[in-house]
Amino acid sequence: MARLPGYVKGLGVTLGTMARTITQGANTVQYPREKEAPPIRARGVIALREENCTVCMLCARSCPDWCIYIEGHKEKAPPRRPGGKPRTISALDRFDIDYALCMYCGICVEVCPFDALFWSPEYEYSEPRIADLLHDKDKLGEWMETVPEAPELEAGADKKGKK
Amino acid sequence: MLAIEIPYWGQSILRVLGVMIAVLIPAGTLVYLFLFKMMSFMQSRLGPMEAGPYGSLQLFAEVGKFIQKEDIAPDGADLRIFRMAPYVVVLTVFLIYVAVPFGPDAVFADFQVGVFYVLAVSSISVLGILMAGWSSANKYSLIGGLRAAGQLIAYELPLVLAVVGVVIQAGTMNMQQIVAAQSTGSIFGWDGIGNPYAFTQFVGLLIFMIAVQAELTQTPFDMPIAESELVAGYMTEYSGFRFLLFFIGEFATAAAFSAVAATLFLGGWALPSSWFDQTTNAMNVIGPLVLFGKTLLLSGVIFWVRFTYPRFREDQLQRFAWKLLIPLALANIMMTAVLKVAF
Repeated sequence: MARLPGYVKGLGVTLGTMARTITQGANTVQYPREKEAPPIRARGVIALREENCTVCMLCARSCPDWCIYIEGHKEKAPPRRPGGKPRTISALDRFDIDYALCMYCGICVEVCPFDALFWSPEYEYSEPRIADLLHDKDKLGEWMETVPEAPELEAGADKKGKK
Repeated sequence: MLAIEIPYWGQSILRVLGVMIAVLIPAGTLVYLFLFKMMSFMQSRLGPMEAGPYGSLQLFAEVGKFIQKEDIAPDGADLRIFRMAPYVVVLTVFLIYVAVPFGPDAVFADFQVGVFYVLAVSSISVLGILMAGWSSANKYSLIGGLRAAGQLIAYELPLVLAVVGVVIQAGTMNMQQIVAAQSTGSIFGWDGIGNPYAFTQFVGLLIFMIAVQAELTQTPFDMPIAESELVAGYMTEYSGFRFLLFFIGEFATAAAFSAVAATLFLGGWALPSSWFDQTTNAMNVIGPLVLFGKTLLLSGVIFWVRFTYPRFREDQLQRFAWKLLIPLALANIMMTAVLKVAF
């Protein structure tokens, strides 16, 4: 009997929630028709800026899931200064991320020393065929458009970042 | 009172159709209104929204889904009993509706001992549940069935005893006359709303509703189908259409018991007779709607409680029935008898 006020209070909670749901709407978002905007720095998909990539393989080596595939070749580039020796650079042939394997840890983005990888909040890229989740470098390059501007640096920080 | 003569076989077909409607429409309404929508709203969800406007056709989708599924029986099951059990449970609901009046003439069978009949018939479903539990050849089913039997027997007593107060006050066991007594009665000489026994027998109503909750094995009393320990109790081995029958049985019984409670405590199909004459032919149409409204009100309370409270432990559940509800019901009977003689 001593617990009776608690029982009545419980009934009030459910009834109150029902009244609130009817008058103010439910917490549910009816996804395909209405969408919640993800937080601006959300980890939706990884974008690639191809010209920054030096085929250093750090991302592929640090990936815990082994979901990054990189192939490249050496080629000659024109010298930096007139009359200099032609430079040797690594050119990117293939840069694939298999999102069927990726666990969105973001270590590749952290580890990239040349700012070639970025997080984008875009999340709607599910596919009926699992093989289509392997995004090649063109597809990863398209995601660059959705990458938000880099956040403001803290006051007094060295300005080094490229993007 | 009907102007046209209908042959006996025609009347029988009409009665069968009527009982079918009386069982299925309230059950469907309860599932959609309370299980789908009220429960969702109480959890700040929307419930089914895709099938039909606001998910109103979801029921048909569910029924279609259940009918598609294979009717599986376990290897060691007692096949005949196993297959019969769901029908016994659903049959109970049909039998309850036989004695519930829907209007001055709209009653399937006007028994002199209608209340007694309804309470007696309602406990047949225990047999169906025990049959299901025993014949499934499954430990979970067996324990669920036995728990259900123990619980239903324990709560059958307060259920019956709570009604005795009403019977004493009305002086009859005929459900039509109980309805009439409430409709034409008066509260201390004021007949504005008749005399629904919910006021004088509020203890009885409270005990009756708690006992109904337990009889239906709705949530605070759902030890028999406690899914975290017994899978689904006596329903574990059922699939497809037979599971659907148990499901319909559960909600149709909720509606049937609410209809009985509405008849006994809220005045049944009748409105207060001081408003207008309650014996006209029009009440045969209005009456079922009035009863339906009162039924929805009471079953709404049942489901409200169901969606609010967590499950009782087995010993708490038994102690609650034997140590609290039954003494309270007996005291209620004595008080009613004393007051009946005094006034």
